[in-house]
Amino acid sequence: MKTKQLCVAIACAGLMASAVYASKAQAEDSIYVPLLTYRTGPYANSGIPIANGMHDYLAMLNERDGGIGGVKLNIEECETGYDTKKGVECYESIKGKNPAVVNPWSTGITLQLIPKAGVDKIPILSMAYGLSAAAVGKDFPWVFNPPATYWDGMSMIIKYIGGKTGGLDKLKGKTVGFIFLDAGYGREPIPLLEQLAKDYGFKVKLYAVAGKEMQDQSSQWLAVRRDRPDWMIMWGWGAMNPTAVKRAAENGYPMDHFISVWWGGGEDDARPAGAQAKGYLTLNFAVPGEKFPAIEAIMKDVVGKGKSQTPKDKVGESHYNKGVYNSVMIAEAIRNAQKLTGKKVVTGEDVRRGLETMHITAARWKELGLDGFAAPLNITCADHSGHQPAYMQQWDGAKWVKVSDWIQPMTDKVGPMLDAAAKEYVEKNSGWPKRTEACDKAM
Amino acid sequence: MLYREAGQFKTSYASDQAIFPILQDRIGIVVILAVAFTLPLYADDFIVNAVMIPFLIFSLAAIGLNLLTGYTGQLSLGTGAFMGVGAYACYKLTTIWPDVNIIVWVVCSGFFSAAVGAVFGLPSLRIKGFYLAIATLAAQFFLEWCFIRIPWLYNENISGAIEVPQRELFNIIVTGPRATAETRYYVVLCLVVAMTWIASNLMHGRIGRTWMAVRDMDIAAELMGIRLLPTKLMAFAVSSFYCGVAGALMVFLWYGGAEPAVFNINQSFTILFMIIIGGLGSLLGSFLGAALIYVLPIALRFGPELLGLHMHAATVEHVTFMVVGILIIFFLIAEPAGLARLWQIGKQKLRVWPFPY
Amino acid sequence: MDILYSIFIDPFAQMIGAPDLLVQTLWDGLVGGMLYALIALGFVLIFKASGVFNFAQGIMVVFAGLTLVGLYEAGVPAFIALALAIAVMYGLAFAVERVVLRPLVNQPDIILFMATFGITYFLIGFGEFVFGGDPKVMITDDLYLPKGSFNVKMLGGIVNFQRLDIVAVVVASIMVAALAVFFSKTRIGRALRAVADSHSAALSVGISLEQIWVIVWFAAGLVALVTGIFWGARSNVSFALEVIALKALPVLILGGFTSIPGAIVGGLIIGVGEKLAEFYWGPLVGGGTDAWFAYVIALVFLLFRPQGLFGEKIIERV
Repeated sequence: MKTKQLCVAIACAGLMASAVYASKAQAEDSIYVPLLTYRTGPYANSGIPIANGMHDYLAMLNERDGGIGGVKLNIEECETGYDTKKGVECYESIKGKNPAVVNPWSTGITLQLIPKAGVDKIPILSMAYGLSAAAVGKDFPWVFNPPATYWDGMSMIIKYIGGKTGGLDKLKGKTVGFIFLDAGYGREPIPLLEQLAKDYGFKVKLYAVAGKEMQDQSSQWLAVRRDRPDWMIMWGWGAMNPTAVKRAAENGYPMDHFISVWWGGGEDDARPAGAQAKGYLTLNFAVPGEKFPAIEAIMKDVVGKGKSQTPKDKVGESHYNKGVYNSVMIAEAIRNAQKLTGKKVVTGEDVRRGLETMHITAARWKELGLDGFAAPLNITCADHSGHQPAYMQQWDGAKWVKVSDWIQPMTDKVGPMLDAAAKEYVEKNSGWPKRTEACDKAM
Repeated sequence: MLYREAGQFKTSYASDQAIFPILQDRIGIVVILAVAFTLPLYADDFIVNAVMIPFLIFSLAAIGLNLLTGYTGQLSLGTGAFMGVGAYACYKLTTIWPDVNIIVWVVCSGFFSAAVGAVFGLPSLRIKGFYLAIATLAAQFFLEWCFIRIPWLYNENISGAIEVPQRELFNIIVTGPRATAETRYYVVLCLVVAMTWIASNLMHGRIGRTWMAVRDMDIAAELMGIRLLPTKLMAFAVSSFYCGVAGALMVFLWYGGAEPAVFNINQSFTILFMIIIGGLGSLLGSFLGAALIYVLPIALRFGPELLGLHMHAATVEHVTFMVVGILIIFFLIAEPAGLARLWQIGKQKLRVWPFPY
Repeated sequence: MDILYSIFIDPFAQMIGAPDLLVQTLWDGLVGGMLYALIALGFVLIFKASGVFNFAQGIMVVFAGLTLVGLYEAGVPAFIALALAIAVMYGLAFAVERVVLRPLVNQPDIILFMATFGITYFLIGFGEFVFGGDPKVMITDDLYLPKGSFNVKMLGGIVNFQRLDIVAVVVASIMVAALAVFFSKTRIGRALRAVADSHSAALSVGISLEQIWVIVWFAAGLVALVTGIFWGARSNVSFALEVIALKALPVLILGGFTSIPGAIVGGLIIGVGEKLAEFYWGPLVGGGTDAWFAYVIALVFLLFRPQGLFGEKIIERV
């Protein structure tokens, strides 16, 4: 051990200690929109296009319109790596900077942040992921999960299957296999699936895929081959999806009976299996494609000018457009909040009101330059999800093709279960605050 | 010169055997404690919440692993799972008996993980070294699977995660989202200081000495009359106790909720890094290692922004990984015995300064 | 009674009832086991020669695969990309020896183990920095790896063989055989074994430790490249592959850290064992047992043979 090395070591330690004192200086004339994204780690294949879509739409608003209502958006990404620990760190670091809204982009991180949201007065927008029960606005005033919850998604899939077999009552005696990532995310739809199985008389087979095994899955698909379920439903994420599609094809499972939730509907999920994946179905709520005026604006003002990390040919892909959808909601919520409060620079509290009064009609979608991009979205005080419909898309070997109309969720089945789940959550968390936030009139 | 013990005479065995025999050390520890206890007065929320609380909790877990690996020589990669046992035990206890003081349950949950740790420590009698390390991986993966598969553990929550209910201590909210960072910090700090003190006494007493004898050569220790079975199992139990408490603290006073993925294999590795970088067989090393491994990436992530550099979040992450990797190798080459040893060398240098010898 | 029936009788009834599925399970287990064995082989090579428990083997697999695909995507023809990837692995071996191993010579095992963690972190960051975090599709066509599958009718059913899996098994076997010959017949191989026995004795008879280390790390790099190609072709090349390295650990303890045949036999036992367990007994506990079953097999073996199946007998003296 030489003195020199010792000095270097001490210098390093000193540097690191001093760097911790991060400054919190913040420009007052912009709205701070942090994006918790993940472009690294085992789930990066799903995370990158979404991060790109979210970033690019907001950046486009800055470029084209000079922000929202004349106020620039201060967009900042924080890398979570889909890791709860880093996600919470990100949250702690952005919390003090007066964020308009937080998008956790991981069910794990969302669950951690839900209790904190009300205390820190920061709304959480978990687009079609996170805690399904958070759709109940009465109990979760600060959490939003539009356009649909996982339970809605599951009910739409069953409805689609019913439609293909000739009516939901024809499902009796059929077998539905459910392959899922063995984590909170994958297990969440199981109660509803079992409920529906009871109601319609079909059998359910569960195939759990541990996070470590997602690149292998051979025993699960062998079991699928043994049980021969009539339909397969998948709740996968990251590297699990492309592997599952490959294994399904290898085992000769009919791909047009293999349906994934919207998170399995990325190009990167089906592409590795190529032509073999032909027929593979997934739900979707944001139509892919780059022919929308807003997406073209992104192409021109952001990607074309080199202000984004997105490769040109990936603009308008399926997950990318889901990211855009997420950002449209952020932007609309901020716009609503500005109208409601008359302020230019809105805070998290204002944006929460903006989210609660969000109503994107078909006409509004058109105004946004996204005609036919998604179903109308309607969030109210009581309903924080909207339970909007989604449609089925099918892989034709090279791209996604829309193959169904908008499928409405079975709100009559999902609603009571959501209420019960929300009630249970509140009961288990003694001291859960009663809602004190007033409801605004819809705009 | 600066760090001279000349003139400090020991007049009794007790003072000669004291943990901090030198006046400067005693002053130092008092200053550190004083700074630690007054920190929330001048540090902001981010430092307390995202740096200090996790740092203390990781230090505690590192002490736990250090008792087993550093002092008893049993390599374990099951730390994350043992922390999980503590967290889930605490969750079950406080939801079944909500009226009991939460601190009591945090400490009690340590006993559950101690029991589990002792069971998984049984193979250590036959298996040694890296073989044992991989055997403890069985514990890691099996327990992780249990956290997902036994709904009773998380009260059948649909989300599969555990949520921390609000609990009070002397009418101050300690856990749950409405607990202030200061309160949580003080609770964690008090527990960590107390448990470090206990660990230190344990190590300076008979138990610590038998553990070290086993570490240095277990056959020789056996010949000297140390019974290996109880010694090794006790090391596993005590170590898991510390890890369990750290796990419970982590969920109840830091995260405020957890899904099983929190206690995955990476958690075990992280804590192993801490003790190796910090110094095997050193309590101080546990703290230094936790500081380096946990705080350094945060500093790297949020540091460039401070210096006015704007990088993509993903690039920062890549650079962080690279720098952490390089620093691990650098510190190992500079001083394989860890940061604690660096500190000793530094003390020696200070003692003779400004002369070379 | 029901439980006993479903544990002890039903799975075997299923095996007899549908022998084609049993054969398929065994085949899948064999392929999986062979691929685990490949990763384990990388560990064994390095442990044998330098006593380093190389945790970075997993990330080396990813890194090698990414280099190959990344170069190809940058416009380099496939086989030149392959050659370049081999060169990169050599460069990596050289750098590791120079920067990490040489300064740490004679340090305790655990310190060297830790240093490989440093390498892992560096390679994760470096790999993502250079190639990006998005997964890549392995260039199977350009490397003339076969695709598709064929079915064999047997035992009243169909058994499905992936052509790629067959190639993987063949290549893995050739690789093992080549390494075995290399170790026992060549001059360098003998030097390697000498180093494995005793560093100082090897030094005293004029064997260059540095050179040997570069060679073993390079060999491990080659094994990593092959592993990366086949695992990459089975799913895709992404950083998620890194966790697969953890699967090699029970293979290692089963086979023993220092035995090449051990790695193979261990890999096969683990591969077949966990597939059988998950397929026939997994449903009893809700599935997903393959996350930990391998470790339990290994643990049970260890209780009877603490040095693994083929490991060198541990002799302890005071």
